[in-house]
Amino acid sequence: MGRYIIRRILQAIPLLFFVSIILFFLMGQLGDPVATMGGRRVTRPADRERLTRQLGLDQPFYKQYLYWLIGNDWAKIDMDGDGVAETSGTRLGILRGDFGNSLMKRGQSAWDVIWERIPNTLLLMLTAEVVIVVFALLIGIFSALRQYSLADHVITAVSFIGFSTPIFFFALVSIYIFSVNFKRWGLPSLPAVGMFDPQVGKTPGQVALHMVLPVMTIAFVSIAAYSRYIRSTMLEVMNQDYVRTAKAKGLQGRQILFVHALKNASLPIVTLIGLDLALLLGGALVTERIFAWPGMGRLFLDHMLRFDVPVVMGILIILSLMVVVFQILTDLTYAVLDPRIRYD
Amino acid sequence: MPDPTLARPHDPPRDGPLRYAHDPSRLLLDIRNLEVRFNTPEGVVYAVNDISYGIHEGEVIAIVGESGCGKSVSMMSILGLIPKPPGEIAGGTATFMGRDLLTLPESDLEQVRGIEIAMVFQDSMTSLNPVLTISRQMTESLRRHYNMTDEQATARAIELLELVGIPDAERRMSDYPHQFSGGMRQRVMIAMMLACNPSLLIADEPTTALDVTIQAQIVELVSRMRERLGMALIWITHDLGVVAGLAERVIVMYAGMIVEEADVDSLFDNPHHPYTMALLAALPRVDRRRDNRLNSIPGSPPNLLNKPRGCPFAPRCIYTIDRCRSERPPLIPLSPTQRTACWVTTSDDFKYERRQDSGYESQSAGTYE
Amino acid sequence: MTTLDATPTTLTGSADELAPPLTFRQMAWRRFRRHRMAMAGAITIILLFIYAFVGGLIYTTADANKTDTSQRLSPPSMEHPFGTDTVGRDVLARTIQGGRISLMIGLTAALLEIIIGVMIGAFAGFFGGFTDNVLMRFTEAMLIIPSLFLLIIMARLVGGNAFWIVIIFGLTSWMYVARIVRAQFLSLKENDYILAARSIGTPTREIIFRHILPNSMAPIVVAATLAVATAILSEAYISFLGMGVQPPTATWGNMLDGSYNYIESAPWLWIFPGLLILLTVLSINFVGDGLRDALDPRSRNV
Repeated sequence: MGRYIIRRILQAIPLLFFVSIILFFLMGQLGDPVATMGGRRVTRPADRERLTRQLGLDQPFYKQYLYWLIGNDWAKIDMDGDGVAETSGTRLGILRGDFGNSLMKRGQSAWDVIWERIPNTLLLMLTAEVVIVVFALLIGIFSALRQYSLADHVITAVSFIGFSTPIFFFALVSIYIFSVNFKRWGLPSLPAVGMFDPQVGKTPGQVALHMVLPVMTIAFVSIAAYSRYIRSTMLEVMNQDYVRTAKAKGLQGRQILFVHALKNASLPIVTLIGLDLALLLGGALVTERIFAWPGMGRLFLDHMLRFDVPVVMGILIILSLMVVVFQILTDLTYAVLDPRIRYD
Repeated sequence: MPDPTLARPHDPPRDGPLRYAHDPSRLLLDIRNLEVRFNTPEGVVYAVNDISYGIHEGEVIAIVGESGCGKSVSMMSILGLIPKPPGEIAGGTATFMGRDLLTLPESDLEQVRGIEIAMVFQDSMTSLNPVLTISRQMTESLRRHYNMTDEQATARAIELLELVGIPDAERRMSDYPHQFSGGMRQRVMIAMMLACNPSLLIADEPTTALDVTIQAQIVELVSRMRERLGMALIWITHDLGVVAGLAERVIVMYAGMIVEEADVDSLFDNPHHPYTMALLAALPRVDRRRDNRLNSIPGSPPNLLNKPRGCPFAPRCIYTIDRCRSERPPLIPLSPTQRTACWVTTSDDFKYERRQDSGYESQSAGTYE
Repeated sequence: MTTLDATPTTLTGSADELAPPLTFRQMAWRRFRRHRMAMAGAITIILLFIYAFVGGLIYTTADANKTDTSQRLSPPSMEHPFGTDTVGRDVLARTIQGGRISLMIGLTAALLEIIIGVMIGAFAGFFGGFTDNVLMRFTEAMLIIPSLFLLIIMARLVGGNAFWIVIIFGLTSWMYVARIVRAQFLSLKENDYILAARSIGTPTREIIFRHILPNSMAPIVVAATLAVATAILSEAYISFLGMGVQPPTATWGNMLDGSYNYIESAPWLWIFPGLLILLTVLSINFVGDGLRDALDPRSRNV
């Protein structure tokens, strides 16, 4: 098993390098960070030139990538524009944990900018994930056991609508109903914007209240898709010979479901959750935008629009790394759940 | 040796009373007019059509037929093991110890399955749960039905595994099914099903997926277990060769119907249904010359989507007369121990012809090619 | 031919009682027709196309882009059945014109996705070895990057041009198709008829296009159908985030951009385009489900 993990990690390293090159290349094509410099206009051509030079943007692609990757403290760079590289670089490179400095928020490292958002994002996304898994399992198993019943047909119809709904449309409708119209009808309405009411302050109750609509929005589409998947997985497992054997032994339906069926059905479900957990840190782009949730998704959008390459690259690299890590974790979970799998 | 006189559990015979080998009051399972259908998108599949038979305590019967003839489905349906939908039990009764299994609520049926009637399935690879240990799968019915503690159930499970010939049983309890060979897995399966000492064991082609040498071992094992535990046994197979040494009585099924029922000697010495004759003629025999071709039955079993009007075997039968195509023959008693569903071979004329001939073998070997 | 005709028909058994066997296509069509939701979805899609393309003859692009600041944000009325937007454009006309763009983006992006996916999958699966290894590592790398993030970056990169948006949809979504096709190729190329074709010297190209591809059509068709839905949704997402096709050209997606400022005051701004996207994607998903059942009888949940 240990050897398998090492092999997987070794395989992942070149993939991640490749991914980072693609992304870094795309970043370079996005636009000129100096043109806006995080919203502050840098009008004087001389300033522009200096900044471009100091950020190393005048360097060829491979050099920029290399500096981003392993830093430039080992090289001399030309800071004053006299054509002589005399100053030692200060960057350590992402491999040594230096994500670079944010262009938009001067003086802050990209890592700090990202780190600041991680609690908010995890709070929202983990809550949503728990809601998704719990409801999807309940609904999926229920409709599998009641296959072709009226309830199953209704659930099928609703889940088709669910995973065909654009997330923003669901968000807008739910704001319209629970926030706008509930207020209009004098019912207790739900807040639609931000993490807390500034007049009340950031209390747990406020944050929880503000999470209801975004969590509902994120969960709705995913529950619809997952419950369908869990339903078909359960149906497949329930039709297996070993479930028939368990029945023939006179076991109770509940015991068959939880002991014999669920453990087998959990294998494909683990894959789904594994990918989801990896992307948790990325936040929810559309949902965070609509509900003004200060999470990673909004950070990405805001900084991407301003060409803040260190932050955007940081987010993407963290996400890609998480995907790889969770792929390996998923495989390991598989090995624990399925004794037939031996990776060595 | 089995008593040649056949137990006739039901259907008052047309010509005179039948002699019963066993006490009819001790009839263990009594199936009457069982009808099973599957409602598929392609149409209704008539899987089991009006079959009736019974089995006594301690008796061994074999149900023989090609795959898809309804042998397994008929057994699984009385235990509530067919998926519903699409499966549907359209009629009939299956009386077991005074209760009709077909109308029994699921919770009561759970008390019959595994305890009173156990079933061994064909493919031990897929029939054992791949992600649970043998220990877990062996002990769960003991704990459920007998309220045993973990230690008691484990001890009993090891005992059972040793009984069916699993070497080093105690250590292997923590193994998973894929760590056993096919034959060993089937032994585990048998041990598992015998855990609660059932009064009836249904073996659904338990040797089909195994090597020939292993097959014999499994047959021998089941036979030994039956003698030891005194249970009744229904052996489902498509292999008449296995039947000869094992069963007292044989039921031949075709297209979801019983076409012949006889004690084992009558069936082999004096088969009356053309399908049975063909099956016997298709048996490879050591005493036959090697250059003889193996016989096969031309054509294929009918599509059960269409309920045939007449005899289901008529399209493949060499004796077919007009009546066969228009009217389905009932089971006609030939002797106290034999019933056959055929218009032609049960007529007096035919019996005469057959005596002129030298038995089914040359006849069928000559005619079926 | 004569020898074939002379073959005795002794083995037919009861075949004379049966109807002639249906071809695969007939069977699939029969199964599809029985799938009620899929049929409803197919009809809805046809209606949506009529809405966008026949409706486009009545409400032209000029109608859709005509601003009338005196009519800003007016609610649905006889004159403007779906109301008007922030600069007084007719929402009905814009959903019709936007539908043309959105549907075309969906169709062409799916087509491109399938072409790229099939090419890469077919090459990897057919040639195997080194080619396969390189292409599959590339596919894996593409799958590692979170797709919506990648899409947004690329959309930002190409600017709001419908042609380029189709291109980037194709470039960022072919991976699953490639994997499906590769798996099909790997299993099909060992089949006897492929070996037979090879042994008589059939050119590689012909083997791929004549023999293997037609036999792996079923999963490709299903994937293509669902790809249309995904592309329409993706267009809506990136347009909603302001990075899709740029105004004044209408799409269902960009009609929603900024509409969350009017959730309360002008719900018609987002309800109509939102519902149209939902209806389209839902119908396509139903058709996809029906196709999957019809083309692959084994996958049907009996």
